[in-house]
Amino acid sequence: MESQNKYNFSRRNFLKTSVLASGGMLIGFNLLTACKPEAVMPVDIKSLNFNDFNAFIKISDEGYVTLFSPNPEIGQGVKTSMPMIIAEELDVAWSKVNVVQATLDTKNFQRQLAGGSQSISFGWDALRQTGATAKQMLVNAAAIKWNVDASTCKASKGIITNANGDQLGYGDVVKEAALLEVPENVKLKEAKDFTIIGQEIVNVDIDKIITGKPLFGLDYKAADMLYATVLRPPAFGQVLDSFDATEAKKVKGVIDVITIGGKVRDYINSGKNDWTFVMSETDKVVVVAKNTWAAIKGKKALSATWKQDSKLESTEDHDTILTKILEGNKFDVRREDGNIKKAFINADKVIEKTYHSPFLPHNCMEPMNFYANVSSEKVHLVGPVQTPEYAAKVVADMLNVDLDRVSVEMTRMGGGFGRRLYGDFVYEAAEISSAIKKPVKLISTREDDMTMGVYRPAIKYRIKAAIKDGKITGYHLKEAAINGNMYGLIPNFFPAGCIPNFKVETSNYKSNITTGAWRAPYTNFLAFAEQSFFDELALELNIDALQLRLDLLQNVKNTTDKRIEYSGKRMEDTIKLVKEKGNWGKVEKGVFQGFSAYYSHNTHVAEIAEIVLKEGFPIVKKVTVAVDCGVVINPTGARNQVEGGVIDGIGHAMYADFSFNKGKPKYKNFNTYRLIRMQETPKVAVHFVENNLSPTGLGEPGLPPAGGAVANAINIALGKRIYSQPFINEL
Amino acid sequence: MLNYTLYINGKKRVVTADADTPLLWILRDELNLIGTKFGCGIAECGACTVHIDGVATRSCQMKVSFLDDVKITTIEGLSEDGKHPVQEAWKEIDVPQCGYCQAGQIMTASAFLAENKNPSKEEIREAMHGNICRCASYNRIEKAVKVAAEKMS
Repeated sequence: MESQNKYNFSRRNFLKTSVLASGGMLIGFNLLTACKPEAVMPVDIKSLNFNDFNAFIKISDEGYVTLFSPNPEIGQGVKTSMPMIIAEELDVAWSKVNVVQATLDTKNFQRQLAGGSQSISFGWDALRQTGATAKQMLVNAAAIKWNVDASTCKASKGIITNANGDQLGYGDVVKEAALLEVPENVKLKEAKDFTIIGQEIVNVDIDKIITGKPLFGLDYKAADMLYATVLRPPAFGQVLDSFDATEAKKVKGVIDVITIGGKVRDYINSGKNDWTFVMSETDKVVVVAKNTWAAIKGKKALSATWKQDSKLESTEDHDTILTKILEGNKFDVRREDGNIKKAFINADKVIEKTYHSPFLPHNCMEPMNFYANVSSEKVHLVGPVQTPEYAAKVVADMLNVDLDRVSVEMTRMGGGFGRRLYGDFVYEAAEISSAIKKPVKLISTREDDMTMGVYRPAIKYRIKAAIKDGKITGYHLKEAAINGNMYGLIPNFFPAGCIPNFKVETSNYKSNITTGAWRAPYTNFLAFAEQSFFDELALELNIDALQLRLDLLQNVKNTTDKRIEYSGKRMEDTIKLVKEKGNWGKVEKGVFQGFSAYYSHNTHVAEIAEIVLKEGFPIVKKVTVAVDCGVVINPTGARNQVEGGVIDGIGHAMYADFSFNKGKPKYKNFNTYRLIRMQETPKVAVHFVENNLSPTGLGEPGLPPAGGAVANAINIALGKRIYSQPFINEL
Repeated sequence: MLNYTLYINGKKRVVTADADTPLLWILRDELNLIGTKFGCGIAECGACTVHIDGVATRSCQMKVSFLDDVKITTIEGLSEDGKHPVQEAWKEIDVPQCGYCQAGQIMTASAFLAENKNPSKEEIREAMHGNICRCASYNRIEKAVKVAAEKMS
């Protein structure tokens, strides 16, 4: 099996074992150090106790196993799939495994976050080694008990068997095992021997979800907890001028009305980090109440005036600005091969198209919320955030307390999609609790959630291709984005390496509207633009659209260019699989197919969308998907991720619109902002490329190709090219 | 503030609240029945769905003062130990991703199946159209409703 050799597993990752007072064994392992090759052990191992570990295995005398899942769960399934990997190598029956969400340990560990579809990819080797090492210790303990060589013993499903056929359960030897030396270089299983990986394992929280047990941030309660709502400026570019709380204070249950903002402002001005772009410098008015409804009503009863602090921007302005950027020449070159100038001069034909995407809010079903209890001794934070470590650090700096005194409990998240990478609501909760000196839960209404900021930025792409002798000889892509630009790896995704003369360059405009990562950042729209463009090129070249991609990939299959991120061979196999499973080119009359393929977040995906026309309007009926994500840990969870990503991609491409008028967001709730619903949902058939390569993430990669596949099908059906999202405005 | 007597999950509960307080916040804040979720506050997403006299109702828009003499069922009271056929079907199909909207989905589905024992695919899709799932688990929801219908017949 291919190993990505992301880290060197050794004794230092396997910190300590001990016998539990209550019986059983606790094995601590420094998973997150293990996941990050450059990380060093931060403190003297001997000085650590188990409270310092955030990931470990607990085995009871009866052989029941508790696995602590390190990474936050946002619906991507890692609370099930990561423990599955440990359980596989530990070799226990899944029915005896109980999974518990670990809390954050900011002191010793890194990358305890959900983002970039990386949890599985980074955790794979470490999680396997952890399970296998624990198993070897249990086997060694049994061997000592039997007075035989450990190599003559075997373990399976929590039972250790020796050459004589004697058997001991893990629970029979855990106490002895805990005291043994930690072995190194343990043997990992062959893929063919997997009994848990590859099985359809139901989400570990399923019983709690279907019976409505407390799991999410909004469900968390603590003694004496108060509720707070925050009145923020209605427009980006405004700050608080004055407010009147007379009416708000008359609302029964409202305890106090305060302002916050000073601590966040000081933090921004301290220059302690450069990630302050989602924070706002304005004062905000906070209603503190005994219950949620009083806090919501109190906020409605507030009156406030706002003054302009910076430009009040509108969508029309952005459109003009981004177009101007594309027509200018101030760009950062992100990748350049060959000589595009020459390629365009020598071209028989040049094709140039421009694509546009709007801002998008994330709209997690659970609106942003967080619990904070700031006292003179400690800061306790509880709630849904994708980056708990980072949030703890900012709060510590902001409140000027030692990081050791900040603790974070991670709750299950009602969706993330990138929004909860940014802890603006955590800092607000901490500042409120610090001001009122009481535990408080910050609540956002849907209107707050949709208007408080951090959006997928509006972007325009202009793509130009040179065609010579029936071949694509030049490719030039320009990105003009609000605030940020595509991250470093993207310029080395397809079609980099396939076209000899190639250039990707980016530029941006700094807006006061806060923006950030949105499920599959940048590629969520870039893939649509490029895959629509290649479809157009295929028609121009009179080549089958799918075949054009296969032809191009031949150029990158044997590349020696180390910068190329994707695999030509794996993409080719993925496309061939979707071609077969999706019956490319073989559909009944009235059904129109569109193809798209994209590599992102280490995973290769190809999709065929099928649409039919209903009174001339395109209806997406089915999407066939092929995915190469290496070993599929949990097929159920994997299919769910891909299917959800595809439908999410189609929903946003078709319907999602968002705009600003003088700094004010146009949409505030689901009565006007349209999300895809049941009756618009196509069937999705997901097929995985079978191989034994190291697994890669699935939270994002299914989404980027979806919009392009649909747009390409619409072009076949209606003869209409779509260059802007949402499609519904173009139809 | 007034006292209101509510019948929730087979039990009589007396709460003190303002007349305009939505049932959603009575359930979540006063009675600690947090299975009913807050999604939009304007009856557009379905996360807060409960049964009022068996009818799927958005609790975020239902004022406490309108609930005289009605029987309220929340996800916590749908069954003992999650054994309602809809809950069992949800588990069998492994419907949830993040899981946040699923209590509302289950409450909508169970009220619908109580009225329509043998729904067509189109009827299921129409019945569930009002409930948003941001993770887009819609196809599994459709399948689970079908499985639940079979279990109930």
